[in-house]
Amino acid sequence: MTQPFEPNGAGKGRLAAQQGQPLGMVIEGSVANGVEIRLDPDVSVEQIKVGTFVTLQGSNNRFFGVVTDVGLGSTDPRMKYTPLPADDPFVIQALQGIVAFGTVSVLPQLTMPDVMGDDQGPSAAKSIPAHFSRAFTASQEDVETVFGSEEDGNFWIGSPLDMETKLCLDLGELVKRSMGVFGKSGTGKTFLTRLLLAGILQNGEASSLIFDMHSEYGWQGQDTDKGVTVKGLKQLFGAKVSTFTLDEEHSRRRGLSTDETVHLGFNHVEPEDVELLRESLNLSEVAASAAYNLREKFGEDSWLKDFLDAGKNGSLLELAEELQVNAGALRALYNRMQRFTRHGFMVEHSRVDTAAQMIEHLERGQHVVLEFGRYGDDEAAYILVSNLLTRRIHRKYVEAKESAMGGAGKEPRPLVIVIEEAHKFLNSAVASQTIFGIIARELRKYNVTLMVIDQRPSGIDSEVLSQVGTRFSCLLDNERDIDAVLSGTSGSRALRSVLSRLEAKQQALVFGHALPLPVVVRIRDYGPNFYETIQGGGDSEEEKKRKVDELFGG
Amino acid sequence: MTQSSANGLMDRRVGEVVESTSTSFMAQCYQLEGAPALGALVRTDSPDIYGVVGSVTTEPLDSARPVLARGEDAATEEDVIRDNPQLTRLLTSRFEVFIAGHVEDGVIRQYLPPRPPRVHSFVYACNIGEISAFTERLDLLRLLLNSGASHSDEIVGACIRQAAQSHDQPSDFLANACRTLAVELSADVARLNSILRRVAP
Repeated sequence: MTQPFEPNGAGKGRLAAQQGQPLGMVIEGSVANGVEIRLDPDVSVEQIKVGTFVTLQGSNNRFFGVVTDVGLGSTDPRMKYTPLPADDPFVIQALQGIVAFGTVSVLPQLTMPDVMGDDQGPSAAKSIPAHFSRAFTASQEDVETVFGSEEDGNFWIGSPLDMETKLCLDLGELVKRSMGVFGKSGTGKTFLTRLLLAGILQNGEASSLIFDMHSEYGWQGQDTDKGVTVKGLKQLFGAKVSTFTLDEEHSRRRGLSTDETVHLGFNHVEPEDVELLRESLNLSEVAASAAYNLREKFGEDSWLKDFLDAGKNGSLLELAEELQVNAGALRALYNRMQRFTRHGFMVEHSRVDTAAQMIEHLERGQHVVLEFGRYGDDEAAYILVSNLLTRRIHRKYVEAKESAMGGAGKEPRPLVIVIEEAHKFLNSAVASQTIFGIIARELRKYNVTLMVIDQRPSGIDSEVLSQVGTRFSCLLDNERDIDAVLSGTSGSRALRSVLSRLEAKQQALVFGHALPLPVVVRIRDYGPNFYETIQGGGDSEEEKKRKVDELFGG
Repeated sequence: MTQSSANGLMDRRVGEVVESTSTSFMAQCYQLEGAPALGALVRTDSPDIYGVVGSVTTEPLDSARPVLARGEDAATEEDVIRDNPQLTRLLTSRFEVFIAGHVEDGVIRQYLPPRPPRVHSFVYACNIGEISAFTERLDLLRLLLNSGASHSDEIVGACIRQAAQSHDQPSDFLANACRTLAVELSADVARLNSILRRVAP
């Protein structure tokens, strides 16, 4: 079966020294739709899974592709109508593989460099292999050539389907664009995010600011399936991570000490924030826009405080008349804002600028986790706080970047802002107004990118979604969500079938900017082994061996 | 005639070519009912042309004198022949052979020879060694399938069954033959199926 393979070009190609298992040969295809492979008689169609990697040995080039479909073919179209003795193994065996055979559709994505280990990496495939080119499963070496290896400083996130190879991500490239982690509830979004964040932290090229809605990333998280707690970033990285909390009591109850407690002053709230909260607070458009009138009247710093005071004094009607807004709308705004400002983290006047504090930490190369504690379930609080802080951080970054461009000051450190339930900030109604919409669209230029985590990607504004460079998608089954995740991706029809067949746990389709081609990843376990590689300073195998030898004089 | 083939060749002589075309020839048996079996591999000598027996006929020598039934009073079938000794002289057995290949400069070629065997060439039954050597490759199946005989499926089936017995590993040979058939008949599964069932062990 593994006879040395003579490529079409009569000896021009290399011998199949490091090829994987032979699968079959190319029988038809096109660049647009990929090539069709007819499986060899001894290869069972059941062995091949959608999403696996395949190499195709053309006469001059070697192509790297991914299986997008598996099918059954026959040389005789009448076969399906011909009664055949299905229980006669002799007849079936003779037919199998010759008259009735398996086919595999492969989308060639890359052309591999001629010589392995060459500086020149794989490049996008602009052609397809010729008829009768042989197809092989991709070997470990192939996968490393395409995705990079851990030794080259890439981050190991898991393995490709049916392979034990380490699949690595170039984190430097990853944080250059916004990224998205999607998947329906319970598919492992949080674990994947935690893993990526740990990678970003370890890599150290970027800082991260995490709006931790459910207090899962900071100190520790829960594995609800196994019923165990897992280490959070603070436990793994110690001083590299500072935790902020909105809810000191909640943190104390959990026996954690946090670095800072966040208080937001009324003076920090802007009418834009109210606009953003319109949906969560169930405010009418008129009521929300009244905030702008209030700011005009009372000034930027004290509009909310003065407005609430006016409400307490019972002078809302006069105020409405003065501002020429609907009295009912103004009352509604008052009621909602009053209820909202009763939150423990809201104070009348805060002299401490939390955003400035955060930036200070971030500039020191630290990573900031903001835990929401019991406010995590309060959608309005999450939206307000994250928006408010991010807006201020954004302003600082833009300033810093601009002065760096002017030659004064250094470039701001790349920042990744992590938000959950992203569709609440980035839906089409508010994406144009929230700071996150702006970041998603343009802030890459200012070294700030977003990591959006969401289970309803269809709710995210399509313009914003198109700016999400690298997408990690766990299982999604809603058609609209699948469409949204795949929008703007080439070959989305083929990816669609891959995406809807992911396993419910620990599997994700990863594609976009940071990867040369889409890949289904079995996400690596987040557990003791992972902690060890992180905390052990990421010693390579040789390094470990060397240390052991040193200790025991081996 | 080569030295080695002379050895025992005489004993295997079954008939003589009486009619010859590019694709087949007709041989007359020396013995009444002495024809080789359907699907058997036979050969002529110098030139060495191999063929597969496609049909066997026993008929009166003179077509104007049809055979009559003579055994009404005979106790056994042998008695009929014994009581009518002239019968063996009035009847003759012939067999038609589809040419399956030839030997050219010592190499077996499974395609038609440039010229068919000459009339009066002797026809020999092949021994086990010759059968297994000739059926190492199975391009002859295509010649047989396309022989134009109305029962070519039967000939192919019989040929494979008999050839299998001359191989050390009959099951391997059968599997190989079936794969070859599947390739040849990839566009006609129903026919393929019918032949496969004929050769199934």
